[in-house]
Amino acid sequence: MIELVCPAGNFPALKEAVNNGANAVYIGFKDDTNARHFAGLNFNEKNLPKAIDYAHQRGTKVFVAINTYPQPSGWSRWKKAVDLAARLGVDALIVADIGVLDYAAQSWPELSRHLSVQGSATSYESLNYYQKNFGIKRAVLPRVLSVAQVAQLAEKSPVELEVFGFGSLCIMAEGRCHLSSYVTGESPNTCGACSPAKSVRWEQTSQGLESRLNNVLIDRYEDNENAGYPTLCKGRFSIGENTFHVLEEPTSLNTIAILPELDNIGIKAIKIEGRQRSPAYTQQVTRVWRQAIDQYYADPEHYIPQENWSAALNKVSEGSQTTLGAYSRPWQ
Amino acid sequence: MKLSLGPLLYFWSFDDIQVFYQSMLEQPVDIIYLGETVCSKRRSLNFEQWMELARNLKQQAPDTEIVLSTLSLIEAESELKTLRRYCNNGEFSVEANDMAAVHLLSEQHVPFSTGPTINIYNTRTLSLLHGQGLRRWVMPVELSRNTLKEILQELKASDLADKLETEIFSYGHMPLALSARCFTARAHNLPKDQCDLKCLEYPDGLQVKSQEEQSLFTLNGIQTMSGQRNDLLDALPEMQSMGVDIVRLSPQAMQMPEVIQAYHNALKGKEGITAGYARDENCNGYWYGEPGMYQSM
Repeated sequence: MIELVCPAGNFPALKEAVNNGANAVYIGFKDDTNARHFAGLNFNEKNLPKAIDYAHQRGTKVFVAINTYPQPSGWSRWKKAVDLAARLGVDALIVADIGVLDYAAQSWPELSRHLSVQGSATSYESLNYYQKNFGIKRAVLPRVLSVAQVAQLAEKSPVELEVFGFGSLCIMAEGRCHLSSYVTGESPNTCGACSPAKSVRWEQTSQGLESRLNNVLIDRYEDNENAGYPTLCKGRFSIGENTFHVLEEPTSLNTIAILPELDNIGIKAIKIEGRQRSPAYTQQVTRVWRQAIDQYYADPEHYIPQENWSAALNKVSEGSQTTLGAYSRPWQ
Repeated sequence: MKLSLGPLLYFWSFDDIQVFYQSMLEQPVDIIYLGETVCSKRRSLNFEQWMELARNLKQQAPDTEIVLSTLSLIEAESELKTLRRYCNNGEFSVEANDMAAVHLLSEQHVPFSTGPTINIYNTRTLSLLHGQGLRRWVMPVELSRNTLKEILQELKASDLADKLETEIFSYGHMPLALSARCFTARAHNLPKDQCDLKCLEYPDGLQVKSQEEQSLFTLNGIQTMSGQRNDLLDALPEMQSMGVDIVRLSPQAMQMPEVIQAYHNALKGKEGITAGYARDENCNGYWYGEPGMYQSM
């Protein structure tokens, strides 16, 4: 059965994921060793053991994301994160950096290693590299691939595959995007933050509500428009005379409609994005996806996504609009 | 320090590519990287023709090192097929821009180099890849001189400093991101599959500005580049003293001979010569540990 992997930015969210049917939860530490390094989020040495106990007692696995790229001055922090997660008995590490993968494989060979989406492996030859050198058990695929490409890849993949099923849509190949550091100095790779909150400024002006990132104007909203978080790739910019969403309109990914396809091509796990979101988000999304997966396996031939699932998911999605993202490629 | 001409990141016509590289033979560059690194739909030159160009340049300038540079984002089986031809070419060394290429090259036990889209952020990664055949690396564009200093010190301590060449992306629009989507096609309201090869119309990329006319990004098909050109001319003495081996200049349609000349003069320690290319709008923030778009001193 396809495994449901849900986000937990804190203990209440972890409880929601566990209680609503997640097969695994993924978490991070309170520092830049993970790609959701946000204020007030994540776990520390003190509350992680309790969280692991809570999940394990109820049959839910715990994965720890240590999926940013350490530079020499920070290396000891990443090493410490790997050691701590291993000692506390988590079920897998989610890692992107080659050096960290190597350290984990050498120091804790028994502990499962998953290649993070930030590792940006988009072909089976790339997966072969990580499998051969670091014995990864699973890889999370970047959101740039179409279903047909995922299927091709799955056919020859040396490891289990996990794909994103729901949440914010990254349109760039993850782990290979520096837009954020170009404008703010901080990026997912270096700091675990994209378009960081501390660089955001909102201002009501005579031309409308403006969002800025390190002083760069990202968007300007008229009174009747919904304002979204100023993620760089979702801004409205100008090319010549035209002002539009040059890279991407704010939408969310939702693959609940293609669950049977994902199962048929041999996908092992579905990942829900959103460790930065509220416990209510985790609860809602976990519950709907649990229902969908259970219903699918109860009668695979007659699986039809229910309307109330979409309604529930749309309520918590960014831009209140969901798409199949690169999986269907309407822009292809 | 040597001067290198990085792979052409934009989409130019067959003739423009030939004319450009022929003219580059008159320039003081030590290394030339050739090949399509951005989009597999760009076929002004196919693999055989890149090889032919490589041989041609090598024949005319035997002292110039020619390296083949591979595609940065591999999505389809057909792209893997081409990648294998690059990696198995048997004549020229290869710059890997994706881990699939690193895998293919390391399996053959041939020496290779890596471009800026391979994530090498620390010494453990670097020394592990060295063990697999890495002989030269281009530092990811977002890393700073301080990080480089630390890495080079650690390399020295582990006796690897002389076995690995360090190359710094020093001039040109920086490759910042890769996507499955084509933003140039999007700007023309075209789907990717019917893009009409619009990139041909933008030999230096398509400028994106904020609604306040601030230069922000440069669209280059599936690649998003920096709005401003990185320019580390003033940092050359520092690079030299740190032990950087190669300075990479990224091909641009305009003023490339002037850029190369200015860097060459600086490397030769010639002072008092004003650089003959436009510098006012350039950036260098990443090198100094600042946002990449900044122009710091």
